[in-house]
Amino acid sequence: MTFRWDWLPKLAEGLLLTVEITAVCVAIGIVLGTLLAAGRVYGRRWLRLLCGVYIEFFRGTPLLVQVFIVYFGLPSIGVTLSAFTSAALALGLNTAAYQAEYLRGALQAVGSGQLQAARSVGMPLRQAVWSVVFPQAFRIVLPAWSNELIQMLKYSSIVFTITLYDLMGMGKKLAAKHFTYLEVFLVVALFYLAVVLILTQLLNLLERRTRLPGLGSDVEAPAKYRLWTPLRRPGGRGR
Amino acid sequence: MNPLLRVEDLHKRYGKEKVIRGVSFSLERGETKVVIGPSGTGKSTLLRCINQLTIPDKGRVWLEDVEITHARTNINHVRAQIGFVFQNFNLFTHLTALGNVRIGPIKVKGMKKDEATKLAMEELARVGLADKADAFPAELSGGQQQRVSIARALAMTPKLILFDEPTSALDPELIGEVLQVMIKLAQEGMTMLVVSHEMGFARSVADEIIFMEKGVIVEQCSPKLMFTCPSQPRTAEFLHKITELYGETEK
Repeated sequence: MTFRWDWLPKLAEGLLLTVEITAVCVAIGIVLGTLLAAGRVYGRRWLRLLCGVYIEFFRGTPLLVQVFIVYFGLPSIGVTLSAFTSAALALGLNTAAYQAEYLRGALQAVGSGQLQAARSVGMPLRQAVWSVVFPQAFRIVLPAWSNELIQMLKYSSIVFTITLYDLMGMGKKLAAKHFTYLEVFLVVALFYLAVVLILTQLLNLLERRTRLPGLGSDVEAPAKYRLWTPLRRPGGRGR
Repeated sequence: MNPLLRVEDLHKRYGKEKVIRGVSFSLERGETKVVIGPSGTGKSTLLRCINQLTIPDKGRVWLEDVEITHARTNINHVRAQIGFVFQNFNLFTHLTALGNVRIGPIKVKGMKKDEATKLAMEELARVGLADKADAFPAELSGGQQQRVSIARALAMTPKLILFDEPTSALDPELIGEVLQVMIKLAQEGMTMLVVSHEMGFARSVADEIIFMEKGVIVEQCSPKLMFTCPSQPRTAEFLHKITELYGETEK
């Protein structure tokens, strides 16, 4: 086993890119996913159909294929994007579909009575959805959404295939250079794990902060017994 | 002057089921009318057709001189003037009692927040819940939740409040507090249309009772008349069953 300290700054550089890609794609996913979910639940027939087709396409095809279409495919119709933009865009379009589905479930879980009550006060549909249904749906969706964020952090590792030196790409470069695959990738794995654990803590904090009586998970171990919370994995999935 | 609310030849069907088959009545300012009848006879649908939460197939509804059922009418503007109290309260889960009461004035009427807060506190006090302003719906009893939902309706200073079986989802011991609030409102001159089986309430405050069955109004008269000598045999039969059920003995 060999380990070299000068790997760490390189890997940290890669990690920064990983975090950047994840942040941008999740941000795209939140905005687009929210619109898709709203369209699918409250839209007219054609809009519901359109959102449905989008969601099924991005959930039904491999993420890697989507990344390749954007990076290697689009230039042939005159759209050339940088590797970073391609990665963030493809991942963003993909996670939007998943986030839309989680949010759709949450919107439907809020219950029609809430919307009816808002309408009966005189709120237009858009306002009723925005001020009454969404604030509740966001709290319901938070655990699933946290999971999605962590999934995207890990799935972003595929962007090494389009010339990016993210954490995975950087690891691959170092490993090949020194022919130390086991050592480097163990360190890479630890880097991912560290970020995931930090994120999990932050998201749990967010969940606790936004929790209201009657909304979100009510039952939880008292804080003093909780040094860290294990990752929630309700049915993992692959893409 | 036109009556406050006028319903004319209302029809509604769900699939093949004709839930409402030609209902007409009107409501004057300050009047309280109570709609009774066996379940599944379209009482709730009737209320929901009035503020268009359910769109009727045929027939017209007027609030004063505005035809609610007209395609050009701004339904949100009309709904802001008609309070609606649901059987299951439907308080906004993510807001406190205060938040529930002031959201209408703020979002719909564009009232300033501190002004709306003051108004909401007054309405909460009116239903006896000023001390629960900061409680979330999940922290309130059913009776308290229903009183908050009445305060929510009142905060819009409605011309009319529709009550859809407001006490049916409550434990018997909580019914009284809600009825008391409603009786007070009726006495203060609020116009109310109430779907309810609370005969005591109907008897004490209703100007008229409407007995509905199978989508039509069978009989409509003052409580006194209805309880003493109903003109339709079916009304007498229903009242008899109801009194048996609730053990109503007073005459």
